[in-house]
Amino acid sequence: MSRIQARFETLRRAGRKALIPYVTAGDPDPDTTVPLMHAMVEAGADIIELGVPFSDPMADGPVIQAACERALKHHVSLRRVLEMVAEFRRDNDEIPVLLMGYLNPIEAMGSAEFAAAAQQAGVDGVLTVDLPPEEAGELADELKGHGIDPIFLLSPTTTDARVARIAEQASGFLYYVSFKGVTGATRLDVDAVAEKVGHLKSIAALPIGVGFGIRDAESAARVSRAADAVIVGSALVRHIAESTGHPETIRDKVAEELRAMRAAMDATQPAAAVS
Amino acid sequence: MSTPTEAMAPPHFTDLPDANGHFGPYGGRFVAETLMEPIEELRQAYETLKQDPDFQAELDRDLHYYVGRPSPLYHAERWSNHLGGAQIYLKREDLNHTGAHKINNTVGQALLARHMGKTRIIGETGAGQHGVATATVAARLGLECVIYMGAEDMKRQSSNVYRMRLLGAEVVGVESGSKTLKDALNEAMRDWVTNVDNTFYIIGTVAGPHPYPAMVRDFQAVIGREARQQIQEQAGRLPDALIACVGGGSNAIGLFYPFLDDSEVALYGVEGGGDGIDTGRHAAPLCAGRPGVLHGNRTYLMEDNDGLITETHSISAGLDYPGVGPEHAWLKDSGRARYVAVTDSEALQGFHDLTRMEGIIPALESSHALAYATKLAPTMAPDQIIIVNLSGRGDKDIHTVAAHEGIEV
Repeated sequence: MSRIQARFETLRRAGRKALIPYVTAGDPDPDTTVPLMHAMVEAGADIIELGVPFSDPMADGPVIQAACERALKHHVSLRRVLEMVAEFRRDNDEIPVLLMGYLNPIEAMGSAEFAAAAQQAGVDGVLTVDLPPEEAGELADELKGHGIDPIFLLSPTTTDARVARIAEQASGFLYYVSFKGVTGATRLDVDAVAEKVGHLKSIAALPIGVGFGIRDAESAARVSRAADAVIVGSALVRHIAESTGHPETIRDKVAEELRAMRAAMDATQPAAAVS
Repeated sequence: MSTPTEAMAPPHFTDLPDANGHFGPYGGRFVAETLMEPIEELRQAYETLKQDPDFQAELDRDLHYYVGRPSPLYHAERWSNHLGGAQIYLKREDLNHTGAHKINNTVGQALLARHMGKTRIIGETGAGQHGVATATVAARLGLECVIYMGAEDMKRQSSNVYRMRLLGAEVVGVESGSKTLKDALNEAMRDWVTNVDNTFYIIGTVAGPHPYPAMVRDFQAVIGREARQQIQEQAGRLPDALIACVGGGSNAIGLFYPFLDDSEVALYGVEGGGDGIDTGRHAAPLCAGRPGVLHGNRTYLMEDNDGLITETHSISAGLDYPGVGPEHAWLKDSGRARYVAVTDSEALQGFHDLTRMEGIIPALESSHALAYATKLAPTMAPDQIIIVNLSGRGDKDIHTVAAHEGIEV
């Protein structure tokens, strides 16, 4: 069982939902990232999603685009991101780490070499935004062969037939993009999302995480009633942007935001809800 | 049942892409999940309309009465004699409405948008030619139009920005990344994923996710179909070589495609060599890049060792793009076409040569193809034939040329 699968199993038994914070690796500088990862774990993160900076982040809104640009000023490459994961793993062997990024840096390294290096570093899942399942065969096989979960997106436009096909290739969990748009937009319709997640669960057996548009403790809590995991990115990255150059302030603000989300999510779960 | 000979025969180049949009290892669909269903709807709509005689008739009427097709094939006798080799014919796409080949594609995609019931058109532009061609067809059909353009390019091509605004388009400056064409494409993709219900994205070149590379090629292939017929009428035979410039590669594939199965016709694509390939300051992914994935397809890219896309340089904004259409990547690997680069200064020489020798001011993009013709023609016999795609007119570039030569206009 992978770390991601084990984590969801533990949470399910405890009647809790996963909180998955996203930060772009190397934002605003490489030294900030690993201590920030530890701070997020302390504040209640269940899984850490680490963005791999890319020059052309087409699926991202302005907040994460700017994060990529800050990281790339320090030449934070995919290899450097793997070094960060390895460094995190020296002190934490429990919390899963998921990489989220675009295909080209992985292609430049080669699928096989990447999968081996990611396993070596202690990566547990890989979400490649611009790699739909139709094109993902080779990379998904390499990842699975190295004990890494390939994570796929579902969206409001994904047909039921596709959901079933994607669920067959995916492992770990499925990442539902809550609206048509880019990361960080403000279009979240919680009721519609809850209904959709219920429908997805009737098709796919994997846990469902919901991301894009979750901005505060209240929306995190409301989404967590329906979803197995809440993914929050731009709302955290905003704090990094505001406090560039002050790593301790960044850690404090991000941790404070996460603690509030964690508390609101835990408070909203029906007691001992084991489904 | 196929005979062994048929089974072993190589596939026709014109059979590609396959059902999933692949040209050999290139092409495909590399987009976020939200766009997968919309591009599948687009593919189905396009495949249906492509077979529909009424749609084809409508398109042909627009190409004739609105665009001004067929464009002439002109024998540049004086220039040919001066170079002292092959006879050069120019396919005059510069004489189309809006002054370049771009309108062949935007007329087609706009008709498709209307048939699909979309009310809003978006597009990206580098030099502004595709933006103008898109704003033009949107005005004609009364559709809302938003054009994304890199902030740097808006400075370089301010008259085209004004032209688009005159036509009623909203021009949005893109401040992210290198602030050029690739960033405009990123931003258009972001708009599309957000407004996909009512919005049609008119991509300007043979790149992007399937079906765009095939669809844009099909709309541009009118160039090659006409040229193939015209050269046989004028010279009584097929040409020995075709030359076209390659940024994304839509004018080149439009000329090449109807000749792909004529193995005796050599194909040359000319990339923006900038300051020279060995300086690293260029826009020549086919000559000096390597395969990767960007903007929805696998193709040759300009990237660093970590897979990050690098900035390009060309005097011609229309060639200033780090990728290239996937069919060109396939034609390169298969050996069917050859890809070369000419430098900024060679292209400028081509610009001046044609202007002074034939009284035609070419676009800087097209000047790259002309510059290569000045190298190739003298190596060929006077009874041989080259067709050069004169993909656009140079009015938009006179300020760039003047500035480069220290002249105030």
